[in-house]
Amino acid sequence: MSPVTLGERCRADFPILSRTVHGYPVAYLDSAASSQKPRQVIEAIQRYYERSHANVHRSIHTLGEEATELYENARDAVRAFIGARSREEIVFTRGTTEAINLVAQVVGRTLVPGDEVLVTEMEHHSNLIPWQLACRDRGAVLRAVPVRDGCHLDLDAFRRLLGGRTRIVAVTHVSNVLGTINPVAEMARAAHAAGALVLVDGAQAAPHLALDLAGLGADFYAFSGHKMLGPTGIGVLYGRQEVLDRLEPAWGGGEMIKEVWIDRAQWNDLPWRFEPGTPPIAEAVGLAAAVEYLDTLGMPRVTAHEQELTRLAQEALAALPGVTLYGPPPGERRGAVVAFNVEGIHPHDGAAILDEAGIAVRAGHHCAQPLMKRLGIVGTLRASFCVHSIQAEVERLARAVSTLQAQL
Amino acid sequence: MVYSTVIRDRFRHPRFRGRIPEPQAAFEDVNPLCGDRIRIECRIVNGTLSDARHHGDSCAICAASADMLLEMVVGRATDEAAAVPAAAVIERLEAEIRPTRMRCVTLPISVLHSALSAVKAPPR
Repeated sequence: MSPVTLGERCRADFPILSRTVHGYPVAYLDSAASSQKPRQVIEAIQRYYERSHANVHRSIHTLGEEATELYENARDAVRAFIGARSREEIVFTRGTTEAINLVAQVVGRTLVPGDEVLVTEMEHHSNLIPWQLACRDRGAVLRAVPVRDGCHLDLDAFRRLLGGRTRIVAVTHVSNVLGTINPVAEMARAAHAAGALVLVDGAQAAPHLALDLAGLGADFYAFSGHKMLGPTGIGVLYGRQEVLDRLEPAWGGGEMIKEVWIDRAQWNDLPWRFEPGTPPIAEAVGLAAAVEYLDTLGMPRVTAHEQELTRLAQEALAALPGVTLYGPPPGERRGAVVAFNVEGIHPHDGAAILDEAGIAVRAGHHCAQPLMKRLGIVGTLRASFCVHSIQAEVERLARAVSTLQAQL
Repeated sequence: MVYSTVIRDRFRHPRFRGRIPEPQAAFEDVNPLCGDRIRIECRIVNGTLSDARHHGDSCAICAASADMLLEMVVGRATDEAAAVPAAAVIERLEAEIRPTRMRCVTLPISVLHSALSAVKAPPR
């Protein structure tokens, strides 16, 4: 099967794609913000609530046992999907943002004045602000690897900025604006050689690339369920077991303890030490169904399909007068996003006009204002692709973009 | 067309875009949703907003709102100018504004309000 027909085959699985917007079949090109859900995920959640819901872990009854089994099975499914060594390394969170904040808190507590945290100019705010807060609270110094040639991290600058005081490097795997795939394995090796920990924001990678976290070398890896065909309200923090094991919990509550006295407590084992309170059980079940769906398609095929559509979109948009594309040039391996601007058209106006044609794209700063400042722009339009995206949608997008200037 | 004729006209041919040299009042703010930035500068004579100009980096709705707002308020007392409701501007724009774009209309209104509230109105 050629890669482009994967989208045609998948479309019937996504009920929302059968609706219209302003009289047109919806062309959903905003999966990088949040993906749509296949029937298999929606049904798994419904089945869970209709047949097996109860609280997990301490319920001595059948429903509680079933819910616990489903929840913990979801952890195993995620572990296998991302190539982690053990289930102890998989912490469920509410999303990428919470996962990064968790690390920023627990690692942040160990910072002393003068320590350094190294981020990059292309981070989503969710991998920047938690470090700003941690540095501010601890008197640590926040440094950023610059972006050169508009789309790549300056790796020479990265090596210069890595120093004896660098405690953690926080870097995105795939830029949510540029689509740049950063050399995170290489960066992790350099960071470890300098004695620093490494957190990778995988929100834009986990839905699109086959992952091998055991081989990648990152100490932490964060991603969200809702960007990879799963439900909202669940994310994953992968933490290398020997690193997680020496960290204190971020938050207290039920579930994360072994024994409690009035003045102290003994922490639970991994991964539950980092999961206080009743977890997002149905969401974990839904995420497991999403992972199974992607596994059935095969991640290498998903990647190939989305990269082909991304290339087609780059070519079609680049051929239009007045269009500026951002990110690596066609031919370079990249994420499934294409950010662009049309001369004289504010991104929000562009998105509003495209919506009128039933085309959903993102517009604005994409929660990456430092990157926008580096590029010297207020924002961009951004089309992003998913397993169900098809060539006809790319063609519709290009046709509609070609009319933007005439419509304003 | 997605936008009204008035919005498109004001966006393409603004009447009040520009700067006021040595303004008596000025304010600038951003829309955190989109990063749009707008600045309004005012000339005030005896409690009257005798002239005002806007500039910045914004979408068509925000730019049109700013331009229409200034047309509505120049020549009026500063306290009146600071109290124009969004509905009045939208009416003049002859547009239906969706909830997600309402902040595009109101940003210039709040910027003008902030600029003028820093100026003490003289006793009448």
